Amino acid sequence: MFDVVSVRKDFPILQRQVHGRPLVYLDNAATTQKPRQVLDALMYYYENTNANIHRSNHTLGGEATDAYEAVRDKVARFIGSKYGPQSIVFTRNTTEAINLVANAWGRKFLNAGDEIVLTISEHHSNMIPWQLIAREKGAQLRYIDVDDEGRLRRDELAEVIGPKTKMVAVAHASNVLGINPVAEITALAHQHGALVLLDAAQSVPHMPVDVSALDCDFLAFSGHKMCGPTGAGVLYARPELLDAMPPFLGGGSMISRVQLEEATWADVPSKFEAGTPDIADVVGLGAAVEYLEALGMENVRAHEKDVTGYALERLSSLPEVKIYGPMNVEERIGVVSFNYGDIHPHDVGQVVDSFGVAIRGAHHCAQPLMRRLDCAATARASFYVYNTKAEIDVLVEALQEAGRYFKVEQAPVAR
Amino acid sequence: MNYSEPQLDDLYRDLILDHYRNPRNRGTLENPTAKVDGYNPLCGDEVEVELLIEGDVIEDVAFKGRGCSISQASTSMMTDAVKGRSKAEAESLIASFKHMITNPDDEVPPELGDLEALQGVGKFHVRVKCATLAWNALEQGLRENGTSHIVEEN
Repeated sequence: MFDVVSVRKDFPILQRQVHGRPLVYLDNAATTQKPRQVLDALMYYYENTNANIHRSNHTLGGEATDAYEAVRDKVARFIGSKYGPQSIVFTRNTTEAINLVANAWGRKFLNAGDEIVLTISEHHSNMIPWQLIAREKGAQLRYIDVDDEGRLRRDELAEVIGPKTKMVAVAHASNVLGINPVAEITALAHQHGALVLLDAAQSVPHMPVDVSALDCDFLAFSGHKMCGPTGAGVLYARPELLDAMPPFLGGGSMISRVQLEEATWADVPSKFEAGTPDIADVVGLGAAVEYLEALGMENVRAHEKDVTGYALERLSSLPEVKIYGPMNVEERIGVVSFNYGDIHPHDVGQVVDSFGVAIRGAHHCAQPLMRRLDCAATARASFYVYNTKAEIDVLVEALQEAGRYFKVEQAPVAR
Repeated sequence: MNYSEPQLDDLYRDLILDHYRNPRNRGTLENPTAKVDGYNPLCGDEVEVELLIEGDVIEDVAFKGRGCSISQASTSMMTDAVKGRSKAEAESLIASFKHMITNPDDEVPPELGDLEALQGVGKFHVRVKCATLAWNALEQGLRENGTSHIVEEN
């Protein structure tokens, strides 16, 4: 049974005071806090197992390799990959995973005139890698717009995705708005023979995700947004795609035979893991996956919907608050982007910080989306397994103080 | 952690909020000799500073922009402080202002006058660039005629 009180006890940092008040951490879309179980796994690894992997045939080398490779199995199971560990490449984070695909796949398979389809709400990490490879290859970028409520424009899908489309790279869930209709997008892309990459940085940590059901070709996410340490992320890909792609980075571990002028590559997934990886952080990611599996991802999703629904209700009760994205919790993850009167999100963030509340106030690495929503930035509260309705109440109390400070009704109109 | 924490009131002094709500010299000039777009990519603050420099004197100055209270108030206060001053005086103000922001515990030199209200920003490290954006734009405008751009490095 999911019990937020006992979940909170797993996270040592939640004992912290900030400005004399209990920390209310609502910046989980940026990174989440880490439970004791993950911290212990890191410590245990360094105190008992630490060695380099895939090269040393002493006892520790073997144990470290086993610990690292075991996480590949765990992650494959966690996201429902029917291809097992062969389909899991460890990267530093989502950004690196997307860069890997854009470079390795794009270099070989993209040609001039091909089209790459993105959405206007993509995080810069799922936009810039495609801009770079498109420019190099003479390929075109095409964007699916959002409507004024922040929903992806389904009516544009059939216009934008077509016979020239080679890759559709979209967020499974936006870090600002809501959940995208990825099943529909994937089906349409596959009809046209295009591949689909899902940026799952904001979905895998928050809801059950099954890559087989989604039928995507690539899926990228970060461990640090799901209770894991920074430094370990994941690229899921169908092994036949990985086989066909040239390497991304060259170096140790990714080779088979090396001559002076050329080399042959190790089998996937090692082909894409050059050099010593973030071994301990991958081991920590394994502990994070176990932690979330024990909570149950259905329970995680249900808890976040509960907290998010309450946040939407409380925030909409403040007269000057504008909330971005759909108001139905079924269509969004635990992210609420908003503006409060004309108070700049930076100032909102500063005032609520003095209440111990951590939110983000910025463009959320989504500048094109901010322009589309016609705002320079938004404040964003984002939730996770340990957040409570009582914490939402603290946020609202802090926002009211911000309103008093900046006299919301009198603040100047921007521009 | 045993230090006295900076208080919100150190940051949001009344004078700052007043400049934010009632910005001075907001708008554009008819014939500016220099125009600088300043941008802070971290938080999206934007200011556009226009200068009319005749001989050695800043005859007129105006700004537009959008961003947080600190960025906009600092810009408004900067325009007030440098209007009618010589370029050398403005350069000296820029240096004193930057010193004050990065050394918030030092005594504030009298030449800064009202700008002293922004001293507390220096105690909030993540907000320093909000306050310095306008001053870096001014510095650029004194150096270069015509239109130019600056981006705050983070």
